[in-house]
Amino acid sequence: MSTGEAHKPPPYMLVWLGLFLLTMAEVGYAFITAIPKLWLAIGLIVMAFYKAWLVAVYYMHLKWEPKRLWLMVSVPIPLIMILIFVVLNEIF
Amino acid sequence: MTTQAMTAGRAPMPGMKVYNLKLGMWIFLLSEVMFFTGLIGSYVILRFAHPGQFTEPGVVLNVPLTAFNTFLLICSSVTMVKAYAAIQQGDQQGLKNWLLATILIGASFVGVQVYEYIALVGEGFVPVAEAYHAVGRHMPHDGPVVGGQLYGSTFYTMTGFHGAHVSIGVLCLCFTYWRAAKGEYSADNLGGVEIMGLYWHFVDLVWIILFTIVYLI
Repeated sequence: MSTGEAHKPPPYMLVWLGLFLLTMAEVGYAFITAIPKLWLAIGLIVMAFYKAWLVAVYYMHLKWEPKRLWLMVSVPIPLIMILIFVVLNEIF
Repeated sequence: MTTQAMTAGRAPMPGMKVYNLKLGMWIFLLSEVMFFTGLIGSYVILRFAHPGQFTEPGVVLNVPLTAFNTFLLICSSVTMVKAYAAIQQGDQQGLKNWLLATILIGASFVGVQVYEYIALVGEGFVPVAEAYHAVGRHMPHDGPVVGGQLYGSTFYTMTGFHGAHVSIGVLCLCFTYWRAAKGEYSADNLGGVEIMGLYWHFVDLVWIILFTIVYLI
């Protein structure tokens, strides 16, 4: 695997089930009209990022990678925040 | 690639504890993160700036069909990790079977996306439409303009670039399968399968975000 260290087999099918259930939940949640639009968007984004995190950690094996790779992978996150929030600031 | 070159590719980079091929793929994927962030960021900003040009979920886009397509891509991710797990155990046949399943599911994803595009274009939802009047099965009522030029442009740009990535991924998977059929991978030489998997899971990860932002919000 990543660094040649032994570890328990990752729960691939459990993660797949989680991704499937979260996708179903997202689709159902998106069409609930009683929830304000802002809360709908926040809920959907939280679910989407949790799904993305599951894929990165278990399927891309980040969980078993060295911390230095984690640091490298996290570099774009502040850049993404800057891009979104600074430019949104121009609109509002 | 010679055995010596493959061994060199598997050697951990000093200080990183990750072999060079994988480090290279991660750096490439990080550049891809910034690429897709640019696209998604542009979409978010345009949507905030011109809310009248975009519609509620399900009015124009076929959410059930795309949810099914999302399910397909998630399934292809699990078949890809199963291929990797198989070769970790030295199971050559398992590697080939799971890779073939990944290729077929990935190609199905592209096929459904092409079908979706044909249906949308048939309804007049094209990137250059000045104003799009949703008609047909998605339109709950007749009359009002529900989408504009920005909607079509951003939709086709984001999903099109992602579809291109999936298509390239399917071609690379075919190459990986061809190498697997020749018996070039083993429990000691599985870097090619792992790197292919990293790319494929990344494509899945991007779609998870795109599906939520473009189709559900």
